[in-house]
Amino acid sequence: MDVKVSKEEILHIANLASLNIKEEEIEQYRENLQEILQFAEVVNQVDVETLQETIGEENKCNVMRKDEIHEFENKEQIMANAPEKEQNMFKVPKVVG
Amino acid sequence: MDITKLTVHELQEKLEKKELTVTQIVQAYANRIEEKEEKVQAFLSINTEEALEEAKKIEEEGRSTSLAGIPIGIKDNICTKGEKTTCASKMLENFISPYDATVIENLKKEKLISLGKLNMDEFAMGGSTENSAFQITKNPWNLHTVPGGSSGGSAAAVAADMVPWALGSDTGGSIREPAAFCGVVGLKPTYGLVSRYGLVAFASSLDQIGPITKDVTDSAILLNLLAGHDEKDSTSAEVEKKDYTKALKQDVKGMKIGVPKEFFGEGINTEVKEKLEEAIEIYKNLGAEIEEFSLDIAKYSLAAYYIIACAEASSNLGRFDGIRYGYRTKNYTDLEELFKNSRSEGFGPEVKRRIILGTYVLSSGYYDAYYKKAQKVRTYVKNEFNKAFEKYDVILTPTSPTVAFAINSKCNNPLEMYLADICTVSINIAGLPAISIPCGVDSNQMPVGMQLIGKPFAEETILQTAYTFEQTIKFRETYSPKFKE
Repeated sequence: MDVKVSKEEILHIANLASLNIKEEEIEQYRENLQEILQFAEVVNQVDVETLQETIGEENKCNVMRKDEIHEFENKEQIMANAPEKEQNMFKVPKVVG
Repeated sequence: MDITKLTVHELQEKLEKKELTVTQIVQAYANRIEEKEEKVQAFLSINTEEALEEAKKIEEEGRSTSLAGIPIGIKDNICTKGEKTTCASKMLENFISPYDATVIENLKKEKLISLGKLNMDEFAMGGSTENSAFQITKNPWNLHTVPGGSSGGSAAAVAADMVPWALGSDTGGSIREPAAFCGVVGLKPTYGLVSRYGLVAFASSLDQIGPITKDVTDSAILLNLLAGHDEKDSTSAEVEKKDYTKALKQDVKGMKIGVPKEFFGEGINTEVKEKLEEAIEIYKNLGAEIEEFSLDIAKYSLAAYYIIACAEASSNLGRFDGIRYGYRTKNYTDLEELFKNSRSEGFGPEVKRRIILGTYVLSSGYYDAYYKKAQKVRTYVKNEFNKAFEKYDVILTPTSPTVAFAINSKCNNPLEMYLADICTVSINIAGLPAISIPCGVDSNQMPVGMQLIGKPFAEETILQTAYTFEQTIKFRETYSPKFKE
């Protein structure tokens, strides 16, 4: 089966992923995606109808620990990494009008 | 004596016999970095000054552990408290880790000394380290070729004797392929053996941290420090602590080694194939039972890998939004623009390509056709490996279809770059352990890597198989990187 990805689809996907794509890059991303998806079609050659999906790894399942609160001792560094802050809070543009 | 040529177990011996001091060792590495880094470009940050201070402190206090004072290099996607962890991305160019990864805590307990953070493909996405936002690392065997990736800085630094060993991470071959390209030893542990806490996530169901070393003995020593359950990583397995160095026995008599013929077919370079065939003959002479069999999973695994890894990456990298940490654009008027512009300016082209692919395969209308299907193929690949491991102790393949390729030769063709991972990704898909060791050089004196794959948590078996081969061919005694210009 030939995989076809349209320009509109690329723009839709980029929007879902919160990415801008420049007009001159669209064609390249479209071609790359189409080529990779075309290659990925090979998965259809395996008969997997009867198989379950592997979700993560199940070698050891549900490794539990106690749900306890631990104080994180280096809060200053967390705030120091923030691009913009005010009074120990992350600063964002106005969201509600 | 050239200190930087020694393996860690040799350094340990000299420290114990008091033939060397910690300061002498760290100073030798500082000098070597000074001499070779300009050409190799393996480091994103160099800590030699702090390392020398630490060396002095350890000497004053006395060496409290058998590895106290041994230097190490760290891939720059593993968090080291108070230091930069950039993932070779503009997105994290100024990010300072507020905490240590669990593996770093383990190294600090043993008093190892970090020499710095090592270059990689941005967010570990790539097989050549050319996707680093900051610099291109060169392969010490030939400076016109890539060191492999994504742990290319780690492998190149070990090969160039700028660090005695290093930490890498492996999502689809990112420890093994650069180890093969640089003629060193790289081990990808079983999924869950090593904690991922503090490793910047790429594809969480595939990522594992592991050692890149000069020889198999060092690989076992470093694995001893890394392995073990960690309650901060819910996928880390509750397996008993082992001493992997006990597996270093020179014996493969009666060992059943399976050789999957599909891994030696189309696309595998003739000289690589020849070297592997020689290795197989060596194993036969050492008394191993070799059998060729069919394991037709490589191309299905590769397709499933790129679907799953990109899907997980698109989700994991959603956290980079320019709010709490990381790059924030200067150009925005509202929140949506802040998100979009920060991400678009902060990520490089390959990272964006994978986010787009991952978002596509998870999007409504395509989820069943791609993602769900890939997860089923994953089960198929596991089942095929399980069947093979009913008959064999170890599976032997090339690590990479070729030796190190020229810088810039595959940059414009993402699919061709992905195909270079054909021999390694199925191991991550199935969560198995595998080691890459050098098995010779081609006619251009470039190293060829051999991959030995084991059953889940059978690191000891592959270490023993690798060790026996290494002791027989003595690669390090015969060949060394020449920094060809």
